Amino acid sequence: MTAYIARRVLFLYPMLFVISAVVFWIIQLPPGDFMSTYIANLESSGIEVSDELATTLRRQYGLDRPITYQYFYWIRNIVTEGDWGRSFSWNKPVADILAERVPLTVAVSLTSTIFVFVMAIPIGIFSATNQYSLFDYFFTFMGFVGVSIPPFMLALILMWGMFTLFNWSVGGLFSPEYIDAPWSVARVLDLMSRIWFPVVLIGLSGTAGLMRVMRGNLLDELRKQYVVTARAKGIPEMRVLFYYPVKIAINPVISTIGWILPGIVAGEVLVSIVLNLQTTGPVLFDALLSQDMYLAGSITLILSLLVIFGNLIADLLLIWIDPRIRFGNVEE
Amino acid sequence: MTLAELDVPVTHETVEGSGEEFFRATQWQLIWWAFRKHRAAMIGLAVLGVLYLLALFCEFVSPYSTLHRFDGYLDAPPSRIRIRTEDGAFTRPHVLDIEPTLDMETFLTVYSPVEGGESHPIRLLHRNPEFEYKMWGLFSTDRHLFGTDGAPVFLFGTDRLGRDLFTRTMYGARISLTVGLVGVVISFVLGLLIGGIAGYFGSIADQISMRVIDFIVSLPTIPLWMALSVALPREWSVVKTYFAITIILSLISWPPLARQVRGKFLSLRGEDFVTSSRLVGSSEMRIMSIHLLPSFMSHLIVTLTLMVPNMIIGETALSFLGLGMQPPAVSWGVLLQNAQNVVTLALHPWKLIPCLFVIVTVLMFNFLGDGLRDAMDPYAT
Repeated sequence: MTAYIARRVLFLYPMLFVISAVVFWIIQLPPGDFMSTYIANLESSGIEVSDELATTLRRQYGLDRPITYQYFYWIRNIVTEGDWGRSFSWNKPVADILAERVPLTVAVSLTSTIFVFVMAIPIGIFSATNQYSLFDYFFTFMGFVGVSIPPFMLALILMWGMFTLFNWSVGGLFSPEYIDAPWSVARVLDLMSRIWFPVVLIGLSGTAGLMRVMRGNLLDELRKQYVVTARAKGIPEMRVLFYYPVKIAINPVISTIGWILPGIVAGEVLVSIVLNLQTTGPVLFDALLSQDMYLAGSITLILSLLVIFGNLIADLLLIWIDPRIRFGNVEE
Repeated sequence: MTLAELDVPVTHETVEGSGEEFFRATQWQLIWWAFRKHRAAMIGLAVLGVLYLLALFCEFVSPYSTLHRFDGYLDAPPSRIRIRTEDGAFTRPHVLDIEPTLDMETFLTVYSPVEGGESHPIRLLHRNPEFEYKMWGLFSTDRHLFGTDGAPVFLFGTDRLGRDLFTRTMYGARISLTVGLVGVVISFVLGLLIGGIAGYFGSIADQISMRVIDFIVSLPTIPLWMALSVALPREWSVVKTYFAITIILSLISWPPLARQVRGKFLSLRGEDFVTSSRLVGSSEMRIMSIHLLPSFMSHLIVTLTLMVPNMIIGETALSFLGLGMQPPAVSWGVLLQNAQNVVTLALHPWKLIPCLFVIVTVLMFNFLGDGLRDAMDPYAT
């Protein structure tokens, strides 16, 4: 067991290396660099930029070096000093921006994941035990609809709905007076009162997919003979249900974290851009457009990390829950 | 309510009435019979058929052109189509002349009928010389499915430049609906090739491709799609951008397919029919394409059907952010760029109509895929 965990954690390093390299490579793909965008902006507002100044600026930011040098320089600083580079457009260290935004991204993603499981598992169980009931049909239909509406579109529709019906403008994770305020109990409460909206939006499609999985698995289990035997022995219905079938049906659901998590992280990016949340999404979007490469690279790297760690935790959880899995043999 | 409500298995008795017909039918016939029973999937098929027809004939279906600006109709709401005259008698559907007026209380522009304005009947197969088009680049015509003389008719309203949203939605369908299909074809080729090599030859090839797949699957798609599409030059032509976007979408979508193909190859390559085929001297290529592929083609079709909506959503999301298709190209995502803030939405809710099209399309594809999945295994009990 320990050996398995150690192996999985060790495997993370080459994975992270490859991801960071790929991300960095993709981000510098657009022609030009931040300086050319910056200079173009200056020139369009009427400020002349001499070639000398441009060269000096490039040298100052290390943009005159080859891309591989820039990459290793960036990685070395992250590993040795925890320095994620400097954001050109924000003109402050990337680490500062990350410290501000990443916790909120993690909070929203984590809450969404919990929301998905808390909603999907009971609904799945109830749908399976009451197959072909009104409840089941309703949630089957809702499942299809939920999977079909991308979160950002739902955000648009609900934004419009909330505004026209209740004259309530959603958007942002904080009320205006708390946006720049230091952390306090009041600020946390304010966050709590607003976070549910993006969480529901982001979690909806995952919930819709997962409750179908749960329902299907449980239905398969319930048809097995041991359930009939248990019932024949006179074990109470609730105990029959929760003692074995639910436990077995939940295992594949845990392993779906692997595909639910990337969806949640991706959905979070889009929803946060639409709702203008104070998470990494809008920052990433702007950074990509202005070729602020250290910022964009760092955020993409952290989002990938989030997914990979989530998967690792899901795998460990599965081993812990399902005694049939022997470590080392988790591959299909 | 008992827990033991068993599903009725789908057998020859439930699939089709007479037994003999069942045993003589080919596999695809059986699939079609089983599919026909799935009501939601049939609805999906019908609705998608209509949507694709609209996309195919968008020049004819839409009354105007995508870029024509109707001055004096900026942000006009969907035209009210009236079927009664002013004194209440029924007449053919018509629209009235409308004009913008400034509401002095809210300072918003509202459109209201002109006093004593004329009524303009909506004509089917209407000819409008102002909007001539070349159908599929073959022949020129100015006939449209419907239209009016005089005041224009806007089924879905207009955007802030006064362009007809219905026309733009129809033209947008062409890009939005086909992105998924083209993307799926690319993913299909990639998935089949890589999964096939991994599953059939095993060992090193398998190890490498599985690691690559693990790697791609664990990446959050949207940030990568965003990063890749920022790299597309803005000055590229519509066609070039279109293919670049589909390639970007499929580059990240093929792994699940490859994984499935690999799994099937792995489980099938030890079967007797493969061994016997090898003994009689079939080449590897022949075994793969003649014997292995057809045996799990039906499963692949289901996966492909369920992949299309993801691609459509991907394109819409990218274009919505301004990273995908670029104006003057029109796709549903491009149209939704106009609906980005709550004020616009509150004042001009009709700009959300393209949303409805995306959702319906995706929903219908999901219905279709679900029905296909149930039908593809007609021998299952």
